[in-house]
Amino acid sequence: MPVSIAVLAKQVIDPEMPMAAFRIDADAKAVVPPSNIPPVVNGFDENAVEAALQIKDSQEASITVISTGTSFALDVMKKPLSMGADELVLLQDDAFENSIDSFFTAQLLAAAIRKLGGFDLIICGRQASDWDNAQVPLGVAEILGLSCISLGKKVEIKDGKVSVERITNDGYEVVEAPLPALVTVSNELGQPRYPTLRGIMAATRKQPTIWSSADLDADASQLEPRITLQELFVPVRDQQCEIIEGDDAADAGRQLALKLREAKLI
Amino acid sequence: MADESGVLVLGDSTGGELSSMSRELLTAGRKAADDLGEELAIGLLGATLDQPSQQAISYGADKVYAVTHPQLAQYQVDLYLAAMEALCRDVSPRIVLIGRTNEGRELAPRLAFRLGVGLAQDCLEISVDAGSKTLLANRPVYGGNAIAVVRCNYTPQIAAIRPKVYEPLEPDSSRQGQVVSFPVELDPSQARSQVVNVVEEAAEGVKLEDARVVVSGGRGLGGPEPFKDLETLANLLGGAVGASRAAVDSGWVPSSYQVGLTGKTITPEVYITVAISGASQHMAGCSGAKVIVAINKDAESNIFKEARYGVVGDWEQVVPAFTEAVRELTQS
Repeated sequence: MPVSIAVLAKQVIDPEMPMAAFRIDADAKAVVPPSNIPPVVNGFDENAVEAALQIKDSQEASITVISTGTSFALDVMKKPLSMGADELVLLQDDAFENSIDSFFTAQLLAAAIRKLGGFDLIICGRQASDWDNAQVPLGVAEILGLSCISLGKKVEIKDGKVSVERITNDGYEVVEAPLPALVTVSNELGQPRYPTLRGIMAATRKQPTIWSSADLDADASQLEPRITLQELFVPVRDQQCEIIEGDDAADAGRQLALKLREAKLI
Repeated sequence: MADESGVLVLGDSTGGELSSMSRELLTAGRKAADDLGEELAIGLLGATLDQPSQQAISYGADKVYAVTHPQLAQYQVDLYLAAMEALCRDVSPRIVLIGRTNEGRELAPRLAFRLGVGLAQDCLEISVDAGSKTLLANRPVYGGNAIAVVRCNYTPQIAAIRPKVYEPLEPDSSRQGQVVSFPVELDPSQARSQVVNVVEEAAEGVKLEDARVVVSGGRGLGGPEPFKDLETLANLLGGAVGASRAAVDSGWVPSSYQVGLTGKTITPEVYITVAISGASQHMAGCSGAKVIVAINKDAESNIFKEARYGVVGDWEQVVPAFTEAVRELTQS
């Protein structure tokens, strides 16, 4: 039996965009998507795709990517397919707003996973670069009653178990759990692979499965928002930087040391 | 549950002492409890808790729930969760505070989902509205580019607090409080994951989290070798070396060096950045530093908007001269 793997992925505003392009609409309590910069697959979720592909490199496996949102840039969301994932399931509905409430999102994803018949392993990025909530994957594990290992930098399946190198404060630990399980991964997993030409061709031919709210059997009482966003603002930075000059860069370095000594900082 | 009341801190101990995170949570919790006019309790998990229980009272707790069980001697996420869930259901607090430590990153969301409530994640500041008794939390989003003010709609209202944003209170050993034993039943089979090996990669010497001075390097260093120069400088200053995520992703230093949103939160007296651009995701881990010093060749770099002192120049020229001058000044 091939190992069935799901990767949960989110479409986000490109976090690498220039800071000057970052704008919020305070009334709508939302970040304004920059017009000339396309969205991307959340970086940690690309790490999750890479983790799934590494498993598929060494054993028979199928990879289904699942995402939820109000609308998608299909060429962006097909990137995991062009990297080597097999299927794409998009939960798309005007009601699936990208809100700060992780509870709602986790319920939708869990309902989709149930409808798909469950997976041996679910891999997710540790957090999304928009709301930085780091809650949805752990919530999905709780809702589905799966064993859960967070902050992985290496994920392997052996003897019916998942083995994860989990990042700790001082290094890492190797943690094992029986399948089915959910694992979150971090950037320490390494650079995700680039799509191959063959992968891009294959992805072009694949069509995503698209489900709306009516297709998902989610408990309405569990969809009430647990968190409300009251206000969104850009913090003011009022730090005045004193630029230390010198005859040349080396001299500026010496002057800096004198300055810090004078200020009793060193 | 209509009779929720009080603030419950979920704390822990390290080496027989109340952890610094727990002390910080008690500061936030004390203020919230006083504003509500309600009790501040702390739940401590472990095998033996006498010393940390007394410390918790001196740092502001009215009541300590000592949740002891042999299985809690070592951190295991599923067992800790089971114990925390049992405590929350029994105590019925209005507000629960938990630290966004490495453990808290997985405990807090899973606890909130188990209780069917929301979690205000990674908070910089919390307050309570005394009238409605609701918790309001300020938390950075979009990598720290924006701040969201959020409200929890269900009780208990749970907030995960970022480490090192609250200062512990002055301990007062004359404070009176009650220590209550809270026995839990735990079945070892509830532990669904097992740690089979632990690997330490942290640098020798002063710990990054505790250092008075930290010297951090970024993408602009171009490779792993320059970190040796930063180490020399850090040693002269009695400090530690850190790094940006870019340097960690490039494989120049282990992940335990990473300062930032997804790395360590540090609050040194002096934070010296070398060839770091100062993206908000990095600043999220060091904005509590008293003084930030920037060495970067790009005058337009964001780090100069965050730093108190800066040198615009190539680190290859600036750092050796700076290091030599520091050596002369600190050893004379």
